[in-house]
Amino acid sequence: MAAWGAHGLTVERGGRAALANVTLTVAPGEIVAVVGGDGAGKTTLLRTLAGAIAPTAGEVATPALERIGFMPTAAGVWRDLSVDENIAFVAAAHGIAGATLEERRAALLAGAGLEHATERLARNLSGGMRQKLAFSLAMLHRPDLLILDEPSTGVDPVSRVDLWRMVSLAASQGAAVVMATTYLDEAERAHRVTVLDAGEVLLEGAPADVLAGIPGHVVAADAPGDPARTWRRGRGYRIWSPEEPPEGEPRVADIEDAVVAAAIAKGA
Amino acid sequence: MKAMILKEFRELRRDKRTMAMLIVLPIVLLTIFGYAANFTVDTIPTRVIGPGAEQAAANAPELFDIGEVDAEATTDDALAWMTDNATEVVIDTTTQPPTAYVDGASLFTAQSASAAFGRMGDQVEVDILFNPDLETSWVMVPALIGLILTFIGTIITSIGLVKERQSGTLEQLAVMPLKPADVIIGKIAPYFLLASFDMLVVTFLGVWIFDVPFNGSPWLFAIGAGIFLFVVLGIGVLISTVSQTQAQAIQLAIMLLLPQILLSGFIFPLDAMPTAIAAIGRCLPLTYFVEIAQGIFLRGAGLDALWVPYAVLTGMALLVFTAAVLRFRRDLAPSAHHRAKSKAA
Repeated sequence: MAAWGAHGLTVERGGRAALANVTLTVAPGEIVAVVGGDGAGKTTLLRTLAGAIAPTAGEVATPALERIGFMPTAAGVWRDLSVDENIAFVAAAHGIAGATLEERRAALLAGAGLEHATERLARNLSGGMRQKLAFSLAMLHRPDLLILDEPSTGVDPVSRVDLWRMVSLAASQGAAVVMATTYLDEAERAHRVTVLDAGEVLLEGAPADVLAGIPGHVVAADAPGDPARTWRRGRGYRIWSPEEPPEGEPRVADIEDAVVAAAIAKGA
Repeated sequence: MKAMILKEFRELRRDKRTMAMLIVLPIVLLTIFGYAANFTVDTIPTRVIGPGAEQAAANAPELFDIGEVDAEATTDDALAWMTDNATEVVIDTTTQPPTAYVDGASLFTAQSASAAFGRMGDQVEVDILFNPDLETSWVMVPALIGLILTFIGTIITSIGLVKERQSGTLEQLAVMPLKPADVIIGKIAPYFLLASFDMLVVTFLGVWIFDVPFNGSPWLFAIGAGIFLFVVLGIGVLISTVSQTQAQAIQLAIMLLLPQILLSGFIFPLDAMPTAIAAIGRCLPLTYFVEIAQGIFLRGAGLDALWVPYAVLTGMALLVFTAAVLRFRRDLAPSAHHRAKSKAA
């Protein structure tokens, strides 16, 4: 099965490299989480994959446009249309009609918990419901490549669970899923993670590989150490050290610490 | 408070359109109103015909700019010229006393001409054509149709398109399997239809309520309105391509709408404006639509008389609409490019 993605992707915007030599691959049935801070290049990467931005250099390998599902950051629903009208419009654009439409519509609405809100205008939906509708629209044509730009940002915890269930289902049905997220617990559930920082790939691989791949190691502490290598985590502190961890000790406890440690290591 | 004032100035400085409205618009309005807001017509294009043409031309008050003196021309020729809008006044000396045919469709010109002939006493009999009672509504209603079309075409269309961009759904459309032409036509067609409906309503109401005569061909008028709609819709699309928010689109649309209202001859006669200001008016599409609408409604003019405004509007429609489509396509173009690459692969 073909893997989709980008190779050596560079995108320059306003004379600045928004992405520099980024490579990302995603196979059918796989979920790749793209994480990174504000301005890291997550949205640029996803929009380039979706064809909304032309790359400056590098190659993009994606299915034909009609086989891509894209959910932009701003939800991508028509706020003055009802839930049903949104679905009808996207279905018409993809040429889906009749029994196929009815079957997919019912499945997606049930999955999104929107079956009782079909007449409601999208602008009157809660943030979580709107995101789930947007996801349903992106999934309606059963795309080969599903690109989701922060689908769960600003969404309540229950809706986040629903969304993640829908994403997992899409992948289990064979879609290759690339999703940007600011929630690192979501990233840990993905098959692979790409960590971006200032347009460059900081870490890449399966969550376990990412944890094992950071230089040095991270220790938990009750008091702060070197300010340049210390950050708060809950009630305590984390301190990154460039030294190898003691025998049998993990380098880092989770993705969140790994991302911060990698960023510190890059600047060190 | 000082910090608040400073913040406001900093924000204003970066909001170029608001700055333009604050600084440029007052200057433009002052200039336009100072020079263009003039109801008094200084010269009136005039032809004189009949056996006494030479003498009548010599005796005509200074207001009348005698362009052609033709002793051989007949009253029928005079009426044909008036219908074709070839001149504003014809002094016909084939009758005794001579008859001055005045174009009532040019309201202020007709008022000035009537007053000037009135001062000549019984020497000339005045016959005001097309709008004998010099009804303001007869002149305004046809022009108003153009204004309504401009309003819908520029403001409403640009708002509708920017809304799509603002809500992020333009991006969604760009990556859906829709051809750019489908998106553009699909977005514009409803506004075209709504504006056409409005045009019909205003035309019927104008004729019904204000007794405005409709002397020309409805089909010719419909074609003119259709071409004009393409121009104003194109302007609306262009505005949307350079606006990120609906407020920006409205600002820009107003900045483009205002000169059209003031300089199209809709309110102030172009003949009464200085040449430079009138030249700006001649660059505006509403000017030509007003010419077409008033010509067809009041004078019953045909294409032979109105081919110039039709040709200019057609040229403008091609230019503006093509530019608008190309600009709009640019927003959707990366996906088209991407699609081409995917297919090639």
